[in-house]
Amino acid sequence: MLKTFPKGGIHPAENKITSSKAIQRMPVPKVVYVPIAQHIGIPSEIIVDRKDKVEMGQVIAKSGGFVSSNIHTPVAGTVTKLDMIVDSSGYKKQCIVIRTDQKNESNFEVKEYPLLQEITMSSEGILKRVLDHGIVGLGGATFPSHVKLNVKESQHIDCLIINGVECEPYLTADHRLMLEKADEIIVGVQILLKALHIDKAVIGIENNKKDAIKVLKQACLHDPRIKVAALKVKYPQGSEKQLIKSILNREVPKGGLPLDVGVIVHNVGTIFAIYQAIQYDIPLMERVVTITGKKLDHPANFWVKIGTPIKDLVEEVGGIPEGTRKIVNGGPMMGKAIKNTDVPVTKGTSGILIISESEASRQESKNCIRCSNCVFVCPMGLEPHLLMNLSEKGFYERAESEDIMTCIECGSCSFVCPSHRPLLDYIRFGKDIVKKLQTAKN
Amino acid sequence: MVKTLLKNYKQLKIDMADEKIIISASPHVHSDRTSKRIMYDVLIALTPAFLVSLYLFGISALIMTSVAVISCIVFEYLIQKYVLKTTITVSDGSALLTGILLAFNLPSTLPLWMVIIGSLVAIGIAKMSFGGLGFNIFNPALVGRVFLLISFPVQMTSWPLPVVNNTSLVDAVSGETTLGIIKEGLMYGETMSTLADKIPTIMELFLGVTSGSAGEMSGLALIIGGIYLLIRKVITYHIPVTILATMAVMTGIFWFVDPQHYANPLIHLLSGGAILGAFYMATDLVTSPMTKKGMVIFSIGIAVITVVIRLFGAYPEGISFAIIIMNAFVPMIDTYFKPKRFGSKIKAKFV
Repeated sequence: MLKTFPKGGIHPAENKITSSKAIQRMPVPKVVYVPIAQHIGIPSEIIVDRKDKVEMGQVIAKSGGFVSSNIHTPVAGTVTKLDMIVDSSGYKKQCIVIRTDQKNESNFEVKEYPLLQEITMSSEGILKRVLDHGIVGLGGATFPSHVKLNVKESQHIDCLIINGVECEPYLTADHRLMLEKADEIIVGVQILLKALHIDKAVIGIENNKKDAIKVLKQACLHDPRIKVAALKVKYPQGSEKQLIKSILNREVPKGGLPLDVGVIVHNVGTIFAIYQAIQYDIPLMERVVTITGKKLDHPANFWVKIGTPIKDLVEEVGGIPEGTRKIVNGGPMMGKAIKNTDVPVTKGTSGILIISESEASRQESKNCIRCSNCVFVCPMGLEPHLLMNLSEKGFYERAESEDIMTCIECGSCSFVCPSHRPLLDYIRFGKDIVKKLQTAKN
Repeated sequence: MVKTLLKNYKQLKIDMADEKIIISASPHVHSDRTSKRIMYDVLIALTPAFLVSLYLFGISALIMTSVAVISCIVFEYLIQKYVLKTTITVSDGSALLTGILLAFNLPSTLPLWMVIIGSLVAIGIAKMSFGGLGFNIFNPALVGRVFLLISFPVQMTSWPLPVVNNTSLVDAVSGETTLGIIKEGLMYGETMSTLADKIPTIMELFLGVTSGSAGEMSGLALIIGGIYLLIRKVITYHIPVTILATMAVMTGIFWFVDPQHYANPLIHLLSGGAILGAFYMATDLVTSPMTKKGMVIFSIGIAVITVVIRLFGAYPEGISFAIIIMNAFVPMIDTYFKPKRFGSKIKAKFV
């Protein structure tokens, strides 16, 4: 029996069209738009000005606090503007526009980085490097990694979990990375084990990526501290809390963090970024992005520089197909629909999904027939139908006492609802108001 | 503040629908389950039992079922169009289903005007007056049936004999249901062993060659349909299994103590609509609890009340009353039996 979390979960059609496509390198974009709020927490502070010349990898926005991160320019060139741009959240955010210097060679040379297994850096040095090099969680939540690694004396950590689950349908960025950079990822895990002073790490991978499981098992044979766990395919297993439950059978308490059960979780993409930062001193400037959709000519996986407009990616795979009704930044379950393709790729962009007419539109919402499906699939043990009613009718305090704030917004309830009720929409709305009421109270 | 926010939010959704590129919140995919498909799955599950009733009671069962179905649909349409003046939703299949389930719970010899009254009560009072699909507290088909049973007790307990009349249109020879024979016999001082000749064998009960309501006859056909519902995940096993198991245990205890005055559990399970009730009536999505714990409590309640009515009450059957009584407790069960929240075991330590 493969491991998985016991309560709830769904199995949407996987549609991993690009899983056999090797990661290609995107051509260097002419202009990059680097937003300064790419991570959860305080936005970074811009430290460059118009007409400044910047070198590749230079810090252009400094960390604005503890829960914040540095941002580096992914190209060498000139800052043309400090502008406002609509990012994937749909809000206008401040961003730094940099025109690529076409004559600067560092923009175009493709360096080879051979595997470097020896870890010479001290654990303090590793933590500082992770902070300096702007590394955030690349799974999509973009939580600054140095905050997670900053474990206080009083907290006891015994296990590091590497999230290679990629439970979202369509996306294959992590899958390809694990296949192509398995050895580097294992070194990355060793780096973190050293930084955290622990000797147990588990890489969790869903069983629909058998090749990745095999490759990683092979790669970690020489290190008994690292294990690979094959997990049953079930959404939302990539969610931190569900993953810990699946692998270690520990339950993160309500309102708590993985730290409370002695675990730290990092995404495989983050691990690779940490490897590059520690062994080759490369800051986080690019990431793997899957660009996919059933109607696309050449769906693919790319190494993309942060700040590249999504339209460059779309052109690279043959343009937006006829009849496209929705463009999603991320996967189909939790991704955000974006208005146009001017939105730039940020540290949290794991994929771009192009959805055509037939799948894009929602069906009309009908009466709840109390079929209990939403209750059965909720991985957090909530009652989505009740929470929707409470937020719709304005009973926010009752919603709070029904644990609306523990919802992880995985969308399983809306996915299964046979009456097509917008359960998660209303739950999000209710959460928003409950949060405001909580802040007002304090 | 909150009201304006909500209004803006609704407005926003409408505006965005007009644009070429749709902006909507995640998730962007949906499973292919729809309410309609659930309704038609239940219809498919009822087909074997319907065929059995056609074989046993012939044309009259067909006519009675058609009248029930058509009158349910017509009443729902008329009420939505002229009384409530809302959108017409008869195409969702729920009125059709209510009609069939109502017919399944009636003797096929019932005068057709009574069937129509039963449909009116089921749709008009039990369903539409509560707000239509999804808002009714009581199972509409059962409300219709119980209303008829109380109003027209003679016609509702005159059962046609099986098979012999299946090609004729004239009134059938009246038989009696198994539980009716037992109840009456025990009342007049007979014992189970003297009654054994008068009641059908277990095998006859299982296959359905006996007297009773149109759809409750064949345990075999109903179980086949029930398994289909389980496979299609329309229902979970909690309600039917708990009801049947509790009934078996309770009647089993009485039978074990005094086999002369209490029928054996198999007779109880295979007659009096126990299987129809457990698989199709109690599992009605709208009127059953929404958590697995709640379903078990609900089912135990149904089984206990049924057995009490059967052994000590005035009616030989009783599962309809039991389900309706427990329907009333569903909101309370839903309030007190919540699913286990993730992470509620331990108290949170905030960092």
